[in-house]
Amino acid sequence: MASLRDLKRRIKSISSTQKITKAMKAVAAAKMRRAQDSVLAARPFARRVRDVLGRVGSASVGMKHPLLAVREPQKVAYIIVTADRGLCGGFNANVLKLGVQETKKHPNADLITIGRKGRDFYRRRQYNIAQQYIGTEKADLGLTNEVARFVIDKYSVEEYDEVYLIYSQFVNVIVQRPVVQKILPVEPPEGEADEKKVDYIFEPDAETIMDSILPMYIQNALFQAILETNAGFYSAQMTAMDNATKNASDMIDRLTLSMNLARQAAITTEISEIVGGAAALE
Amino acid sequence: MAEEKLQRLEVVTPQERVYSQDIRFVVLPGTEGELGILPEHAPLVSALKTGLVRMQHEGNTLKIAISGGFAEVRNSKVTVLANAAEREDQIDVKRAQAAKERAEQRLATRSPDIDIDRAEAALRRALNRLKATGY
Repeated sequence: MASLRDLKRRIKSISSTQKITKAMKAVAAAKMRRAQDSVLAARPFARRVRDVLGRVGSASVGMKHPLLAVREPQKVAYIIVTADRGLCGGFNANVLKLGVQETKKHPNADLITIGRKGRDFYRRRQYNIAQQYIGTEKADLGLTNEVARFVIDKYSVEEYDEVYLIYSQFVNVIVQRPVVQKILPVEPPEGEADEKKVDYIFEPDAETIMDSILPMYIQNALFQAILETNAGFYSAQMTAMDNATKNASDMIDRLTLSMNLARQAAITTEISEIVGGAAALE
Repeated sequence: MAEEKLQRLEVVTPQERVYSQDIRFVVLPGTEGELGILPEHAPLVSALKTGLVRMQHEGNTLKIAISGGFAEVRNSKVTVLANAAEREDQIDVKRAQAAKERAEQRLATRSPDIDIDRAEAALRRALNRLKATGY
């Protein structure tokens, strides 16, 4: 059995770890709430853009737009969104795993990583990283603008034939689901079946509208992905830190128990030594 | 008087829903000129430029400064999807003023390492915000 002093030392070290995990949990919980609010606030826009694109798309079938052009996929790019930091359970690992799985389909694919964890992971494994971005915690439109412009340019000059977006969808605090979404060529979402085709007036014309709506759609998909990642990251971190705090409590309980046993044993030994010593004197 | 016909106006940006009300009349800054929309307008999709959305709601006029985007009109519903939108009562005049001066300065120096288009766009946005506040 470990000595009394060792046990004491371990309990002390675990309880200081527990203090840290407790604090991290509180911070993550506060940030999660904010991240969650911004995901929810951003969803109406995403839905509207998708709706309008679906309706406009079905109203102007047969239109040729460079961002709608379907080509034989020879060169494919994946945009992989992860968090910058760890200590969040399997959150990043799940996205990365899906990324590895997906990229197997196109071994010479280019990667565009958003988030430090993704960059580090794929760089170590020597994937082709075309672009890398970190600092996803404060989701800003400048970043998504840049990424969107990059893939749109590459797609327009036919350097990329397909572009996929891999990120973790924020379902709720417990569940974050890694997903793959094809963002180029843009596949306009199907309008609802019972909705009859709307005969739109286009101002100035359908091409110009598509010119502005398609990049907006792509940029918004990226923006949404980053927001979802943030909300998911803090949720996962909060859960992970909560578990860590609980595990630390369990460990402290167990160690305290064995410490008490050890102390009791020491006292018993001491008493029996005294008794034995006294008996020897008689 | 018969019930006045209204239409729903929504102004949405990637970050939030800025405005959502039933209104009578709205003017949108279309790329080809301003568009006045009354309820039961024919379905329309228009690209928008940096400018002001003006609407009448219960006798009051409200202005929202938007920068770029597009609008969809359908079934007496007007949806404005803008990259950025600020209601006139939420605009920080000082910040807009500062942005304007910064952009002007950048344009005045014309150094080769600046993006003229971007500076001009920034200036347009700043002026637009100032216009909304009636400055």
